[in-house]
Amino acid sequence: MFELDKWQEIFSTVKKNQLRTFLTGFSVAWGIFMLVVLLGSGKGLENGVAEQFKGGATNGVWITSGVTSMKYKGLKSGRNIKFTNEDYNSLNTSVKGHDHISARLFLGNNLTSYKNQYGSFFISPCHPDYGYIKEIELLQGRFVNNIDIRDFRKVAVIGEKVKSALFKGKDTVAMGKYITVNGVLFKVVGIFRDFSRNDNEQKRIYIPISTAQRIFNGDNVIQQIAFTTGVATPEQATTMVENTKSLLSRRHTYDIKDERAVEVWNKNEDVKRFTALFAGIRLFIWIIGIGTIIAGVVGVSNIMMIVVKERTKEIGVRKALGATPSSIIGLILQEAIVITGFSGYVGLVLGIGLLELVSSKMPVTDFFKNPEADFSIAMGATILLTVAGAVAGFIPAMNAAKVRPVDALRDE
Amino acid sequence: MGQSKLHVLKGIDLEIKAGEMVSVMGASGSGKSTLLNILGILDNYDYGEYHLDGTAIRKLNERKAAALRNQLLGFVFQSFNLISFKNAMENVALPLYYQKVSRKKRNLIAMEYLERMGLREWAHHLPNELSGGQKQRIAIARALITKPKVILADEPTGALDSVTSLEMMDILQEINRTGITMVIVTHEHDIAARTQKIIRITDGMITEIVQN
Repeated sequence: MFELDKWQEIFSTVKKNQLRTFLTGFSVAWGIFMLVVLLGSGKGLENGVAEQFKGGATNGVWITSGVTSMKYKGLKSGRNIKFTNEDYNSLNTSVKGHDHISARLFLGNNLTSYKNQYGSFFISPCHPDYGYIKEIELLQGRFVNNIDIRDFRKVAVIGEKVKSALFKGKDTVAMGKYITVNGVLFKVVGIFRDFSRNDNEQKRIYIPISTAQRIFNGDNVIQQIAFTTGVATPEQATTMVENTKSLLSRRHTYDIKDERAVEVWNKNEDVKRFTALFAGIRLFIWIIGIGTIIAGVVGVSNIMMIVVKERTKEIGVRKALGATPSSIIGLILQEAIVITGFSGYVGLVLGIGLLELVSSKMPVTDFFKNPEADFSIAMGATILLTVAGAVAGFIPAMNAAKVRPVDALRDE
Repeated sequence: MGQSKLHVLKGIDLEIKAGEMVSVMGASGSGKSTLLNILGILDNYDYGEYHLDGTAIRKLNERKAAALRNQLLGFVFQSFNLISFKNAMENVALPLYYQKVSRKKRNLIAMEYLERMGLREWAHHLPNELSGGQKQRIAIARALITKPKVILADEPTGALDSVTSLEMMDILQEINRTGITMVIVTHEHDIAARTQKIIRITDGMITEIVQN
């Protein structure tokens, strides 16, 4: 079917009808171009938002103590809720399904120094599990461990930015050195990088929570409990959060509906919301994309119809000379396939080119990053369009095969 | 459109022997072109029988009809019916394309036939660069290239001036002398006079067969 002759036939007709061919090709190329750009933009949006989610497990739950805003059982509103180590222990044993759990304390920014270098960094006391919950990447050393907690060890895991601020010049090795936090010496045992794009997350120092309680507030108070929901589905995670909330409301006697008493951030919910949002966007993009492609297919079909009409006489001659119906169908179909295939490819290349240009030249914004069209999808769309072009050409081709030489050759 | 049946030919009883050169004459609408189309397997007939070179031609499928047209028949039309975007050589070679002859070989054969028609130097010209006589000679070369048993010519001189018409008849007669049967539809008496047998058709019936 694809011998040289037919190619020559196609090129000669294409050359003879440049405008017609261009218009057909343009509608196809435009369809693919739009589809690629749409898919790429959708992906860019998705990548951008996914970036926002980094720096914390997607199944994390953060529960922070607050101030009551509702009266409850004769108690007035405006009471401070104070979490203690007992709350942590109670949650650890009674809430089933979590895989990592950590208590946290907020000490705010503290003056930190190493030799004559000073800085103010956020001190974040926690349990060893917090490294998992926050998805911290260790560049050197280790995170806080259970022995640190048990022995109240004065160790610190410092952020990349903390290291670069305190360890300068000749003294660039931080591991094993002692830094001073609020007048107390801590040994650096690890350096981490946070995936979050937020700079403040890199300017943190994690220390064992037991040490912090003993040194800085001499009590068993904690301010936040964070855990991950393990393999739980978003629905099961919601149940876990509800169980936690009722446990805490019983322990601290406040109305479970009081959202200020205890603030809950369940990341599962956000993930669920964004997953739904992106499913919606993707559907929308596909509907528009398929619509554009259908327009292209109709265009091709239309043009092929005219082609057959114009070439009726030629087809008649060919049949008189011994062309079989299948060879006529092949001739018309091949032209349709070549035009759609080639223009589809041009659209694909232009679309991907534009996306590449955008992703290399455009400044990174919070909600748009690396617009990329899935090449296999774009390729699939081009193949689909080529097949559609063949289908679009098929009906006119069938009509062409039915041309009766008598009618075609009758002199007007 | 055109779905109502029209009986154009009624009772044609005719035998054309191999190697004969006959002409079919009649007024327009008499059915002479329809007869030619049936002979050329370009059109179907409702009743009767048609034998071509010993083969019964009746309700053939398109593929079979195409093969028979290709092998047994050559066509020459009033309006030449050359393919406008193909040059003279390619036009002549086209029937061999449908016999799956390689491009190189069929172009070589086409050049031979063009040579016989005295058009070798015009081989690479497009039809619209040629005169009517030249175009018809190309059409004849195209009809001959498959070595057909029968050549069917529908008003082959209809679009040509009288001098060229006579030249064309010389060519057709010469071809006939090589043993190819020739059926020419015409309404010109001097053309018909140069054939061996004139079949006159009136209102779809043969009214007269004249031996020259």
